[in-house]
Amino acid sequence: MTASKDGQGLLKGSAKWWMLWVLLTVGGGVYLGTELFISEQKALFLPGQTTHGHHQIEMQCTVCHADGFNSEVVLQDACMNCHGDELDDAQDSHPRSKFTNPRNAELLNHLDARQCVACHVEHRPELITTMGVSQPINVCVHCHTDIGEDRPSHQGMEFNTCQSAGCHNFHDNRALYEDFLLAHADEPKTLSEPVRPLRNFSARYFDKSGLAERLTAEQILSRAPVIKQPIPENWAHSSHAAAAIECKDCHGNEASWKEKPEHTVCESCHENEVSTFLQGKHGMRLAQGLSPMTPAQSELNIHVEKSHQELTCNTCHTSHDFDTRKAAVDKCIGCHNDEHSNEYLRSPHYTLWRKELKGEAAPGTGVSCATCHMPATRKGSGSKGRIFVDHNQNANLRPNEKMIRSVCMNCHGLGFSIDALADPVLVEHNFPGDPSVHIESIDMAVERDEKRGKRESIYD
Amino acid sequence: MKKAAMIGVVVASSMLLSACGDEQAATTGISPQKYTDSLFAVMKADRTNYTKLIIKRLGPQGADAIKPHEYWEDLDNGAPLPAQMFRFGAEAVADMTTDFAYSLQSIWPINPQNAPKTPLEKEGLQFIVDNPGKNFYGEEDLGGVTYYTAVYPDVAVATPCIACHNAHKDSPRTDFEMGDVMGGVVIRVPL
Repeated sequence: MTASKDGQGLLKGSAKWWMLWVLLTVGGGVYLGTELFISEQKALFLPGQTTHGHHQIEMQCTVCHADGFNSEVVLQDACMNCHGDELDDAQDSHPRSKFTNPRNAELLNHLDARQCVACHVEHRPELITTMGVSQPINVCVHCHTDIGEDRPSHQGMEFNTCQSAGCHNFHDNRALYEDFLLAHADEPKTLSEPVRPLRNFSARYFDKSGLAERLTAEQILSRAPVIKQPIPENWAHSSHAAAAIECKDCHGNEASWKEKPEHTVCESCHENEVSTFLQGKHGMRLAQGLSPMTPAQSELNIHVEKSHQELTCNTCHTSHDFDTRKAAVDKCIGCHNDEHSNEYLRSPHYTLWRKELKGEAAPGTGVSCATCHMPATRKGSGSKGRIFVDHNQNANLRPNEKMIRSVCMNCHGLGFSIDALADPVLVEHNFPGDPSVHIESIDMAVERDEKRGKRESIYD
Repeated sequence: MKKAAMIGVVVASSMLLSACGDEQAATTGISPQKYTDSLFAVMKADRTNYTKLIIKRLGPQGADAIKPHEYWEDLDNGAPLPAQMFRFGAEAVADMTTDFAYSLQSIWPINPQNAPKTPLEKEGLQFIVDNPGKNFYGEEDLGGVTYYTAVYPDVAVATPCIACHNAHKDSPRTDFEMGDVMGGVVIRVPL
């Protein structure tokens, strides 16, 4: 009996342990399952912090990894899904297709340039450079080892300086290729007519909508909704009012009324602006169906009081006045609290902006934050071309030479632009004067051209 | 019963036909040389047509509506040069399949990256220069894969071709004449 009692006791004790094991397993499984499939936060499954460009969406594993983790094709497709168009626009100097020919098989042993992740490794924060991604420093040597023979000016240069000295980029060389340097070799510091492109959305809208002209103040007043101020007042001063865009056009009718219209509503008219907003860091979370970004999620210095403000279209384009002048400066420096942003208010660019706002200078001559970081961009040529504000502020940010053609050269010569962007102190202090560095690429191009005989330029 | 018999006949016929098809394919399959020759014929035809029907007709020698130029993307009316169009075709094919690959190369390339690289490319490119009118065929191992490699001469057929190469500051040779072999089309098929 004693033995039997002991046996039952043991069984009872064992059952407790089994029960505990089952509870722990089920509990752990539920916790992990919730974390993996339901929760927006999946930090447990993150093998390492992601790069600056991806950290906002790093918990959306499937964006990059789709349904599995075993295929280079899936990863490569994911890269191209988001960045393919950008590479096309940049006239990518080294597209994947340059490396797929079997003649490059030996080269691929050194660097498999068919895969973006060969250079841009994820989940390895210790490898991230100032460019915001991991980047091999001497990648050029594998193919261009004999460059010194063809270009004596390059003899003795280290291969880790190709991309760091303001001369070349791996992907985007639109402002740096030799013929472009030659075509713009003699340009002055500031062009004779420094002016940024002006948006043509409004003009195109009036043409398309059949509205003869902007509504007059009286017409607007007669259409203003009888609701609490300042909404009617703000609306009355907006471009929406002038274009007869009324409450129902954004908020819907009584049955489908939306108190706070989402970006999809804006997109119905401002397609290019919204699509580029969703590509940039401000809108990339919305693009993935996540909650809007808040400045707290930024890795930059941000004014603390704005940390938890959600970023949607209306954050910068405040309803109902939608004043783009505020959106172009006030809203930027309202959040961004770094040296470059703060120094802007003391910069020559800001002086020009103030003059334009006061009507003392011609439209397009002022330089706001958006002028450089969300530049007015042409899509399509001729009269059908659209000039819209590219809201992907990262499209021309790094490497900063990407900014030369889309921004700097609207007002400045190529040589000055290259030098200015290559001077980190000047950039940090928001261009208060002349660059203290000189990049010799134009000099080298001119010297080589003179030695080997000038030839016709496309700009002649 | 009738239905079952009919299905049996259909299945048996399919099996027979499929077996015959396999046998036929094995005995009458296209040879690598015929395959690459055929590919080259298409490439050459397309390139000639682009040169004649687009560049010559719409370019400075025709309607002057487009400007063929090396940096065509920087011009509103820019058009890729025939050699660039050929390369874009090769890159687009590379995005679609690995069943074959091709490239335009030369012993005198404007871009050094288009110089022959593998020993067989060097031999083939030299062969077609030394033996005008002849193609070169061989096999080579690259990255652990054996390739059937064919090299076809790229002959100067239009004056703009030689004018551009002779005047280009990056061109290692400046005395091309009409009819000269300026380079070669290298086509590879994994065996």
